[in-house]
This record gives sequence, structure tokens and C-alpha cells, in this order.
Amino acid sequence: MSETAERNVLVDVRNLKKHFSKGKNVWGRTTEVLKAVDGVSFQIRRGETFGLVGESGSGKSTVGRCLLRLYDYTDGEVRFDGHDLTKLGEKALKPFRRRIQSIFQDPYSSLNPGMNVLDLIGEPMNIHGLYPGEERKEAVAALLERVGLKREHLYRYPHEFSGGQRQRISIARALSVRPDFVVCDEPISALDVSVQAQVVNMLEDLQAEFGLTYLFVAHDLSMVRHISDRIGVMYRGRLVEVADSDELYDNPLHPYTKALLSAIPIPDPRAANARIVWTGEPEDAERPPLREMAPGHYAALPE
Amino acid sequence: MNRTRWQNLRAELGANKFGIVAIVILAVFTLSAIFAFLSPIDPNQLDATAKLQSPNAAHWFGTDDYGRDYFTRALYGGRVSLLVGFASMILATGIGVAIGVASGYFGGRLDNLLMRILEVFLSIPSFLVLLLLSVFLNPSVGNIIVIIALLMWMNIARIVRAETMTLKTREYVLYAKASGQSSLGIIAKHILPNLVPVIIVGATNNVASAIMMESSLSFLGFGVQPPNATWGSMLNNAQGYVAYAPHLALFPGLLILLTVLSFNILGDILRVGFEPKLGRR
Amino acid sequence: MTERLLTARDLRVSFHTRDGDNQAVRGVSFHIDAGETVGIVGESGSGKSVTARAIMSLIQPPGELIGGEIEFRGELLNELPERKWRKIRGNQIAMVFQDPMTSLNPVKKIGQQMIEVIRRHRGLGQEAAKQEAIRLLREVGISDPERRIGQYPHEFSGGMRQRVMIAMALSCQPELLIADEPTTALDVTIQAQILELFKRLKDNPDTAVILITHDLGVVAQVCTRVIVMYGGMIMEEAPVEDLFYRPQHPYTIGLLRSVPKRGGGTRERLVPIEGTPPDLLDPPPGCPFITRCPHAMDKCKELPPMFHIGPGHRSLCWLAEKDHPTVEEVGAGEGNTDV
Repeated sequence: MSETAERNVLVDVRNLKKHFSKGKNVWGRTTEVLKAVDGVSFQIRRGETFGLVGESGSGKSTVGRCLLRLYDYTDGEVRFDGHDLTKLGEKALKPFRRRIQSIFQDPYSSLNPGMNVLDLIGEPMNIHGLYPGEERKEAVAALLERVGLKREHLYRYPHEFSGGQRQRISIARALSVRPDFVVCDEPISALDVSVQAQVVNMLEDLQAEFGLTYLFVAHDLSMVRHISDRIGVMYRGRLVEVADSDELYDNPLHPYTKALLSAIPIPDPRAANARIVWTGEPEDAERPPLREMAPGHYAALPE
Repeated sequence: MNRTRWQNLRAELGANKFGIVAIVILAVFTLSAIFAFLSPIDPNQLDATAKLQSPNAAHWFGTDDYGRDYFTRALYGGRVSLLVGFASMILATGIGVAIGVASGYFGGRLDNLLMRILEVFLSIPSFLVLLLLSVFLNPSVGNIIVIIALLMWMNIARIVRAETMTLKTREYVLYAKASGQSSLGIIAKHILPNLVPVIIVGATNNVASAIMMESSLSFLGFGVQPPNATWGSMLNNAQGYVAYAPHLALFPGLLILLTVLSFNILGDILRVGFEPKLGRR
Repeated sequence: MTERLLTARDLRVSFHTRDGDNQAVRGVSFHIDAGETVGIVGESGSGKSVTARAIMSLIQPPGELIGGEIEFRGELLNELPERKWRKIRGNQIAMVFQDPMTSLNPVKKIGQQMIEVIRRHRGLGQEAAKQEAIRLLREVGISDPERRIGQYPHEFSGGMRQRVMIAMALSCQPELLIADEPTTALDVTIQAQILELFKRLKDNPDTAVILITHDLGVVAQVCTRVIVMYGGMIMEEAPVEDLFYRPQHPYTIGLLRSVPKRGGGTRERLVPIEGTPPDLLDPPPGCPFITRCPHAMDKCKELPPMFHIGPGHRSLCWLAEKDHPTVEEVGAGEGNTDV
């Protein structure tokens, strides 16, 4: 990779592994391991949206949580803006915890029901000592207005809002500490179709306005294509294909990607779905690594 | 604490007609215990001429075998019984919440250790210990409170631990963690406030069992020592006279029954009232 | 004309809550013909699932069916006692729910559960019922059914369980199958398998299907006719081609625009419907879409009637009045409505 390309990379994930213990014996020793993420490498460039798709159990959410350093890694490393996050303790991580923010899936569980909007959005500001005292209320009110809510909502509680409005509060909260990178973990999956579009548009506008970089984790492939510049497809803890989003949709190489794309029901009664079925690899098969098949298009295919 | 929760609670209270009765009973008992000194009669005032009187205008609850006014003794007895009940509840809840939260939030080895300790406490036959300790220790009110609390914290600890483990996986806790909030900050801001319902319910039930324990202890003669009365010791004292002065057993028995029942009803209402209601959006 | 199977007239369902009555369904009328596959689309709170439950007489307190009638093969269902209902449910009308795990008994083998249902509803002997169970499992695409019927629900994946549920629903040869978001909890590739099953059912003239979903893609792929619900009412009803190519109601148009277009490149801006759905505790008196509609006018404060657009196509919107002034009556031949 050339030096300018290197500088363009904001997040660099190298051979990341995260294993969980599934079963323990009486002595508390691990007997069974769940390889949620099993050797994943990819880069996210400054200002782009990287989409991570896969079905349940593919490990896509675990990758997101690893980037948030909610877990210690089993192996591999994650570099953020040139800094290795892997071995940092909580204290050394703190500045990165401001720069890396998150939006979660469930608008009902991602906001503490006992806190009002001012306190909710003020929480990360508090942690990082931003906007102390009187400025706080103004700053939060401005953010609220930026995400399409009103100043009057400052003292309301989460249960007084709809799902879409709550997700806007989550977005305002993530932006309150002026992050560089936002991990969006299925931020629209729980929302109604007409509201999804509102939130997606807002995420796009904010990205342009604040120069944000997104990791967009989702299972809804049509929305992912819409919002992402590049997409990684995950299957059983590994990336099987990475490409620009149009390239991935127009010219998928891996059989799993093909199967996944052909399974999307097309909202057009005249378009017949020609479903491609992929039965998957045997559990114990050797899995090929990602290889560059065309410029910028990587797939995990056997040679 | 958000508003709907209190609204649910109020509605539940309105729906349960025993709820108001229970609250009134407890309020009356508590107030009369606090203001027992307003009674013009000394609870330990002996009167050999007025032994074992049935309830009458001068002595509302009658008199006991030493001719002491039974009503006044019941007032002062309630003081000790309720004090022991509340104080051991507060202590037990404190221990239980601390251990439950630590165990549930940090998990791992700490959880393992704390839960083994809890199991040891659970496996001790509590009444036996209570008896043994009160024989060896000076049976002061303070000691009794501590002993009862030590035998009662486990239930709350368990409920709090389970609830903490669920709260820990909520996305707002994940968010706080990912934003750099410290563990103590997360516990203080996100865990404890959302534990309030389970703590209140557990604590209410604990008051009832603490009062029962104290009464049993006093009934067996190991509690607060004479001449100071508690409802349990009054009941104990009444044993010899059940045949010809049944009111001596009736009044303290009734008071214990009403108090424990009221606390249990209240605990039930709180439990139902705090349950999340579905259907709102 | 095909045979009329079910007619719902002016269904009204309210949920009595502490804050007042949540009017989940507010006058819904439609019909289902024998053998057809009809989609009911709507967002959460549109009343689509409640409508399905009302047809099955499965509204439970605090919910209440406060008005309307359901006619099935010429018989009024809503006056039937629960005892008779039990015979219809499963036998003539069957239902499949979103979460298959809650509908299966976890401690009984799949085969046992199926055989019980088949014997109860069809009066077959043990062996014949077993053969029928195997046949049905094979039909819904479960491989090696002879071995599979000896397994417990937890040994089946989510998609397989949903197929078992569909097989069980089909085992009684119902004339109407109601599927409430049958694929929402499943992964896309699994969803595709289940949808293929529904596509095959579409060609089965003995079983009509009501498919309730929020996914326009599912509707487009599987249904012949679509009912669009919003705020507890039917906004538009049309044959599937008309709905996607000639939508009339502003809500339908908005819904179609808020999903990314196929083939439309990335970063093409989505057109969302601004605002939020109405509060059904206190719904607006007129059109429920009035607060979010780009064409809202004074007249919309009054509830429009169902305007007849074309064969099987009707729209609850004043915009249709000019070009399609015919109003459909409740219980009319084509479709029906209530105002």
C-alpha cells in the first residue's frame, strides 16, 4: 500500500479474532469455543461508509463491538488513526472513546429509561468534559434541532418518543462529542420502512456535514448498498468478499454473496427472483483467505 | 425513575382494595410506635390490684399478669418490633444490593466467590444460628438487628444479581462503556436506578420476615429482655394465661399478623405495579 | 367470478388501556376469494396483525372486537360460541405466527405434535397420520422427514421450525391460511426458502392465503392482491401489478419511494415519509395520513370514502374523487368499505 493510501486509512483491522467460551466444566475451564470472529482483516478509509453484512451468527456485530473495544481481542489488532487500540488500558483508551462513537439497534434498549434527553445526550459530554455548565443545555438543544427534534424535548423521557425519534436521540448522543468514527450497529433494523429512510438520510447528511466515517453493520442488503461506499460480506466469522458496493452487487464473486443477493425479495412484481442456493462449506473444510480478484475487489475463493 | 412507572404503581394501588388498607394499617402502627411516649401510662408500671383485667375503658387492651397496661405495652412493643424490622431490612438490603451488583456486574471470579459465600449463608439453618448467637451475645436490639440482617441478605443479593446481569447487556450500558464511562459511573447511573423496583419489592418482603424472626426469637425468650416488651415477648408471656386471659395472646398476635400481612400485600402491589406494561407504542 | 371465501365488514378492534382506548382497527372491510394469496402490508401499529387476529377470533383482553362482522362461506363467524370456533380454527382457517418457537411444544417430538393435530382434525389412524406428517414435511421442503419426525423442536433451526409450523397448519387442509409476518424473524436466505413455499401455495386452488408483512419485497414476490393498511384503516387495495405500477394513495406512493430502488446506484437519495404515525388513542377524525401527507388539504379533515379506481383497485383518498368518482358501498360485490 502506498503512503498516501496508508494515511487515508482511519481504521485498520488486521487478522482480528474474538472467541467466546460456550461451555465450561466444573472448574470454570472452557471446554467449548465459539469462534464469533475468526481472522478478519479490512480497512476503512477516512470519510467513507463501510458496510458489514451477514446473517445472524456471522460475527458482524462482534466485529463492531471489537472496534468499540467492548471486548478484549483473542488475537489480531485494530489500529485507529495509526494507533494500536489492542493493548491499551481503559485510561489510555479514553481519548479514543470520544473519537469512536456508537449507535445501537434497539431504540428501546439503547436509551436509559430513567434519564431525560438532556442527561442522555449530556452523558458522553460529561465523560469527556465537554460543554460544562451553562453551555451544556444550549449545545444539547442545538444537537436536538440538528436531528429534527425540538428544544421542548430536552426534559422528556425516552418512553415519550417513537422508535424513529429515539434513534435520532441516539444519533445526537453519538455526535455530541464530535467523533471521527461512528459504529452503527443495525441502526435501522428495528424501524418501520418509512422511518428507516428518514434515519438513513439523516446519517448521510451528518456524514457530509461533519466528515464522519461510518461502519454500518446490517442484515438489510438493499439499505446497506444504498448507504455504503464499500461492503464486506461476513460468513461464519470470516469475510468472504469485500468490494465497492456497486461492484459487489453487480458482479458478486463468492457463492455466498451470490446466494445472499439473490435472496433479497425485490419490491417489483415483474422482477422474478432467480434464487441461487449455496449449501455452504463443510464445517471442517480449509477456508481460503481473501484474495484480490480485481482492483479493490477481494474474495475468499480457492485458487 | 420515569413517570409511567409511578403511574402504573398508582393504578395498581387503586385496583387493589387491600392496598390502601395495608398502607393505613402500617401508617397507624408506625405513628403509634413513634408517639408511644404520648401515652400517659408507664408501660412498666406495676399494679397488683389490676392483674389480668379484660379490655375495659381504663385499659383498652386490658392488663397483663403484673397489672401493666397492655395497650401501652403494645405501643412500646411495636416500637421495638418495627425498629428491628426496618433496621434489619435496611442493613440486609444494603448488603444484598452491594454483593448482588458486584457479583452481577463484574462476573467472573468475583461472582464465583461471592455466590459460594452466599450459598454458605443459605445453607445455614438460620433459626439455629439465631438462637445460638443470641445465647452467646448480649441480646441487645442492635445485636438482634445485625444477626437478622446477616440471615436475610441473600434473597435480595440473588434477585439483584440476576437483574444486574440483564441490565448489563442493555445497549445503553454498552454505549456508556464504549463512551468511556467508568464501571462505578455505569453502576451509579445506569444499573442502580433501574434496580430500584426489584430492591423495593425485596425490601418490603424483608421487613415482614424480619418482624417475624424477631417475634419468634422473643417468643422463645431469646430476644429483647424484660421488662422491655416486644410483640413477640408479649406473646411468649401470654402462654401461661391463654385459658383465662386470651386477650393477652390475641392482641400481640393480631398486631404481628396485621403488620406482616400488610407488608406482604404491599410487596405484591409493588411487584405488579413495577412490572413493565406492554402496548405503549 | 371466483368463489367468495371470507368477507370482513367494518371490523373495529380497540384495546382498553389506562390511557384510554387504543383504536387499533377502525372500520376495516375486505374479502378473500378461494385459493388466492392476499398480502396485508403496513407498518407497526397499522392494525394489520390485529385484523388477522380478529378474523381468527383471537382478540384477547384488554383487546375487544367492538364492531363488524366476519362471514366465512356464508356463515357469520363472530356470533359463534368459542366451542364452535375451536372446530373452525385449524380445520378451515389456520394461522402461522412470527415466532415459531413459541407455537411448538419444546418437550414433544415434532412427529408427535403433527400426528396429534392430524388425527384430531382429520380422524386418521396413527399410522396413516404419520405417513401424512412425513408427506407434509417433505412438501414444505424438509429433507429426510422420516428421521426428522423423531426429533425435538430445539433440533430444528429457525427456518425449519417455521416450515414445520406451515406444514402443521396445512395438515388440516384449511381453506384459509393466515401467516402473520412468517419470515420477519428469519435470515434472508431462509426467508427466501419460506417465500418459495408460499409461491407454491399460491398455485394451490384449495388454500387461500393472507400474508401479513411490512416488507414490500415479500408482497411483490408472493401475492396476487395487496391491501395497504395505515392507522387502523385500509388506505388502498389493488392487484399486485397495479399497486406497484399505478399506486393511487399518497401513503402507498410514499412507502414505495422510501425503499432503495433496485438498480438505482448507491447514494441516490431516499424519499422518506416525514413525521410519525397517528396516535391511535386519539386518532385524527379524518384521513389518518393527514399529518404526513404532502397533498393534505382541508377536505382531508373529513374521512374520504373508498373510491373505485379500477377492477379490484380502490383508494381511501379525496385525490381519487376527480378521476374516479364512484364510491364503493359496504359489502358491495367487488370489494367493500365503510366510511
